[in-house]
Amino acid sequence: MNSKGFLYAAYIATWLIHGLYIGVLARGYSRLRQQLKDLNKSGK
Amino acid sequence: MIASEMKRAFPILAVITALLLAYSTYQALVVAPTERTMGDVQRIFYYHVPSAWTAFCLFFVNLIASIVYLVRKNPKADALAVSSAEVGVVFCTIVLITGPIWARPVWGIWWTWDVRLTSTLVLWLIYVSYLMLRRFSDSAQTPVLAAVLAIFGALDVPLVYFSIWFFRTQHPQPVIGGGGSLDPRMLHVFLLNLFTFSCFGAMLCWARYRLELLQREVEEVESLQSLRGVPQ
Repeated sequence: MNSKGFLYAAYIATWLIHGLYIGVLARGYSRLRQQLKDLNKSGK
Repeated sequence: MIASEMKRAFPILAVITALLLAYSTYQALVVAPTERTMGDVQRIFYYHVPSAWTAFCLFFVNLIASIVYLVRKNPKADALAVSSAEVGVVFCTIVLITGPIWARPVWGIWWTWDVRLTSTLVLWLIYVSYLMLRRFSDSAQTPVLAAVLAIFGALDVPLVYFSIWFFRTQHPQPVIGGGGSLDPRMLHVFLLNLFTFSCFGAMLCWARYRLELLQREVEEVESLQSLRGVPQ
């Protein structure tokens, strides 16, 4: 692998990790919102 | 009032951060001059160092929040502590991945057990164990134990930072304040990325903090309903 190959590998790894983490946060957020909505509905 | 205004500001700040990230990436990959000896691979520097800086800042936030929690038992401080530690681990993981990718073509090896690299790995392991403790322990004492662990973990941060000053290491000396010199155009791109990554880290920490508060709200409603005997 040449110099550019290592550079792109590092950048792809960085953004893959950030992308996955943002995805995890977004999924967790929508799951909890739904859970809270359901709990409030069943509590009424 | 402030909380609702901050909630409204979040998407605007997120868009500004995303634009800043795109601009900083363009500056790092295209505009910054190519380093003479290492070539293009040196551009990893614009992600590697700002990621390390952001991780250190987040671990510092974790330390302060942990101390505040131990002193005042404020649950919001505890929520901030766990949020900053988690986002800090994400940035520290990037440091540990981009470092070896940069080292391979420059040093000829992926990894060496020198003080800077080893202490960074130990730092990562300490905060991963902190997160494991938070995740898998149900005890009421968990936040207190985690806060104490966080204080000990933070002691490793200055060791990581100053290791290249006090020990002979494979890792290069800092380019700023360490006797090295950096082309002014490179310095400009580096400072831009440092600022952008700090903003990005703060935004991620804020998002994670909101998630943590929501999680606690759900748990509170669940326990209230189970006390009232509401079927779930």
